[in-house]
Amino acid sequence: MTRGRRRLELAMPWIVIFGLLLFWQAVVMVFQIRPFILPAPTAIVAAFLEYREAIMAHALFTLVNTLTGFGIGIVVGVLLGIVIGSSRLAYAGLYPLLVGINSVPKAAIVPILVLWMGIGQPPAITTAFMLSFFPIAVNVATGLATVEPELEDVLRSLGASKLDILRKVGLPRTMPYFFAALKVAITLAFVGSVISETIASNDGIGYLMLQAASQFRVPLMFAGVFVIAGMGIATYMIFALLEGRFTSWATRRQETHFGGG
Amino acid sequence: MNSFVEMDGVSLRYGDIDGTLAIERVDLGIKVGEFAAVVGPSGCGKSSLMKLVTGLLPPTSGTIRVAGHTVNGPLKIVGMAFQNPTLLPWRNTLSNTMLPFEIVQPHRSRLPFHKEEYAALAQKLLAAVGLGGFEQKQPWMLSGGMQQRASLCRALIHNPALLMLDEPFAALDAFTREELWAVLQDLWLEKKFTCTLVTHDLREAAYLADVIFVMSARPGRILATHRINLPRPRTLDMTYEPEFVAILQEIRREIAQARNEGRGIAAQAMAAPAKVTAS
Ligand SMILES: Nc1ncnc2c1ncn2[C@@H]1O[C@H](COP(=O)(O)OP(=O)(O)OP(=O)(O)O)[C@@H](O)[C@H]1O
Ligand SMILES: [Mg+2]
Repeated sequence: MTRGRRRLELAMPWIVIFGLLLFWQAVVMVFQIRPFILPAPTAIVAAFLEYREAIMAHALFTLVNTLTGFGIGIVVGVLLGIVIGSSRLAYAGLYPLLVGINSVPKAAIVPILVLWMGIGQPPAITTAFMLSFFPIAVNVATGLATVEPELEDVLRSLGASKLDILRKVGLPRTMPYFFAALKVAITLAFVGSVISETIASNDGIGYLMLQAASQFRVPLMFAGVFVIAGMGIATYMIFALLEGRFTSWATRRQETHFGGG
Repeated sequence: MNSFVEMDGVSLRYGDIDGTLAIERVDLGIKVGEFAAVVGPSGCGKSSLMKLVTGLLPPTSGTIRVAGHTVNGPLKIVGMAFQNPTLLPWRNTLSNTMLPFEIVQPHRSRLPFHKEEYAALAQKLLAAVGLGGFEQKQPWMLSGGMQQRASLCRALIHNPALLMLDEPFAALDAFTREELWAVLQDLWLEKKFTCTLVTHDLREAAYLADVIFVMSARPGRILATHRINLPRPRTLDMTYEPEFVAILQEIRREIAQARNEGRGIAAQAMAAPAKVTAS
């Protein structure tokens, strides 16, 4: 009984995705929707297979930009989060600025970035970075700022320095917040690099989709969308896995259950 | 004779001049190796008093001396435990207990090279409080009483000169609480650290302490100082004997009296009994 349920749980995402695709296919076939409005999944797969080399090359470009921007975003986000989370003065000074930066639509920034850095990789990486560092900084700061004061008292009365408290309590405690932020930030990083590629690049999935759109090759566009979604899900799952590894203490999984195991 | 902990006209006000006056002109002394208890109504400043003694908060006026030195920053010789066990959920019980070794010198420098030796110390202490066999368990797999035992171990593992306990047993059921009184008394008899215990429970205070300080409602003042001269080790049975009950009644009467006077003119009520501490 329980084992069956568990297997169903694992299969659930696939069931939902395939169900949706089937429904999509059926709708397109029944209503005879034309491919340049909404291509059928089979047409999208066909487009993907036909252009797979070009698509994979562009996807790799996007992936590299995204991960590079995301990596810088992690470093900057964690450092900023530590500064904001440990000092009230830094919090007061920096938080409004960060919120301001984050509120600017990134599509509006790309032309400025192009002016400074040219087109292609640099603005894509920068946009991915700018979208991804904010949730990381905010979450790390929250994790640090909400350390139980009593725990801090215990450590301070042992003669612990601020750095000790950060290392022994602050950072480990912040891990669940950090991983939650990573899962949001990686998807945002994809959004950032694709936006930038759409506006100013000769490579990448964003560029590919723009080209396909200008030639009304709608199935190819959708193939691009699917590839981005696939990469997003894959990276998300990697971080979800890491999260389970490093923060299992936060979920406190029960070790016994009803029904005998 | 000099006291190990000495408070001299200590007041504490939170915030600015119009902030809460939590503690008002407290004088008290606790000798080396003495077990002191602080009792008083909720919100009277007991926790604040602990923070003052450990140097986590600076007094608004007055001076605090510990081991002959004026306190002007967090002390480094203290073990603390609170009502809430505050164990680190990502560490197992053993590693939680060993936390002070990672901070306090000279253990801190020695720990990387003598892991086994320190782990053995921690295991011994855990076994002494009845947590043998639970070393590898995560804190949330322990019951509340077991977590509190582990918290007590963490406070004591580095043999601090001063142990500060802020209502450590308040959230436990009566049986577990009484069991832990005995555990704490045994540890204290063995190691003879100076100990300050904040509690709501008069029976707990009289069972464990050599001296009880009774505080008034906010702003907290010392209303009375009681010496408990019962022999050690004390047993739970003793707490039902007439002598013990008489002590409790006397303290209770004093608190009630102080309450009534407190509703009148507070300043007059505290003037006389506060002097009793000079010993
Ligand atoms: N951080 C703080 N900022 C401002 N006021 C505070 C702060 N901490 C405590 N107080 C005030 O100081 C007074 C004493 O608080 P304290 O925590 O010392 O009481 P307590 O005797 O420990 O109470 P309890 O028995 O309920 O734990 C309270 O009235 C409280 O409102
Ligand atoms: Mg308190």
